[in-house]
Amino acid sequence: MLEINLLLIFIIIAAIVAISVKDLLSAVVAVGVSGFGLCITFLALKAPDLAITQLVVEILCLIILIKATIRLDLPFSTSGRWFINTFVTLVFLAVFLGYGYMALMSLPQFGSPIMKVSAFYLAKETLEKVHATNLVSAINLNFRAYDTLGEATALFAAAVGVMALMRKRGKKSPNEGESDE
Amino acid sequence: MNNNSGMSLIVKTTTRLLVGFILLYGIYIVLHGHISPGGGFAGGFIIALSYILFMLAFGKDEILKRIPASSIPFLESLGALMFLTIAVLGFFGGYFFSNWLPKGITFKLLSAGTIPISNIALALLEVSLGLFGIFLVLILLKFTPPKNGETNEKVK
Repeated sequence: MLEINLLLIFIIIAAIVAISVKDLLSAVVAVGVSGFGLCITFLALKAPDLAITQLVVEILCLIILIKATIRLDLPFSTSGRWFINTFVTLVFLAVFLGYGYMALMSLPQFGSPIMKVSAFYLAKETLEKVHATNLVSAINLNFRAYDTLGEATALFAAAVGVMALMRKRGKKSPNEGESDE
Repeated sequence: MNNNSGMSLIVKTTTRLLVGFILLYGIYIVLHGHISPGGGFAGGFIIALSYILFMLAFGKDEILKRIPASSIPFLESLGALMFLTIAVLGFFGGYFFSNWLPKGITFKLLSAGTIPISNIALALLEVSLGLFGIFLVLILLKFTPPKNGETNEKVK
């Protein structure tokens, strides 16, 4: 429980930094930090599906936000801090490689997948009814498929709404975007 | 290489080597959604991220050449309609969303009835959403570079 508390405090600090910092790019980076903290929290709570989705969506949003803000203001200085920069880079590389080594060593043998956790939890019913070892996927797409249908409808409606809102400006640009719909 | 859109040669070469593997990993996550963690949502976004990497490295002309912007609504509608069709086809098994396909053997790729197909449908939806995000950035949020020349290199 301690690690989750630490992670939550970390997320809160990142959020406070995000709203109190002056320039836009730092705020975007702080938002990204809080998102990745949430991803690690999911991982610590043993929800790998959510962690993967959170990670990927966070990367996508971060790329779009950075792409949208990178040209606007750039009070960026690389001179005079080469020692700290190099030190931080080396520490990050060491942590990354060490953790990657540990994680790769703890993977199961190639060819013997067997999700032990789900086999323990599902025991009988899900395996007999669905034959899917990923319990989250089985619940998402089979037992509670109505929820997923509503979710997909919401996403679809959001995208179509944004397309309809942005259509005129898209048409004005020389390379034709979003011609129909 | 010669055109100035996109990043440097190192980034382009690395991207050319990596993009296929990222795409393959996304497809793997989608297809194994019923066996291992992942599924349509995560895998679809990974596939979209491979295209985003391509876009960041090569500039927007290359990706607009490969994926026309008019294909995004098509992909999105295809995903949503596919998911709905799976749901309606459940009436073969008796009720809406019933898992009527043969279940197969546990831990095999072709098992679990309709779940892999639903994963693929959701992945199509997510891929189109991710690509739509790119085109939103590329087309709608168009930035004019500042008039006094370069921005990044000047600070040094």
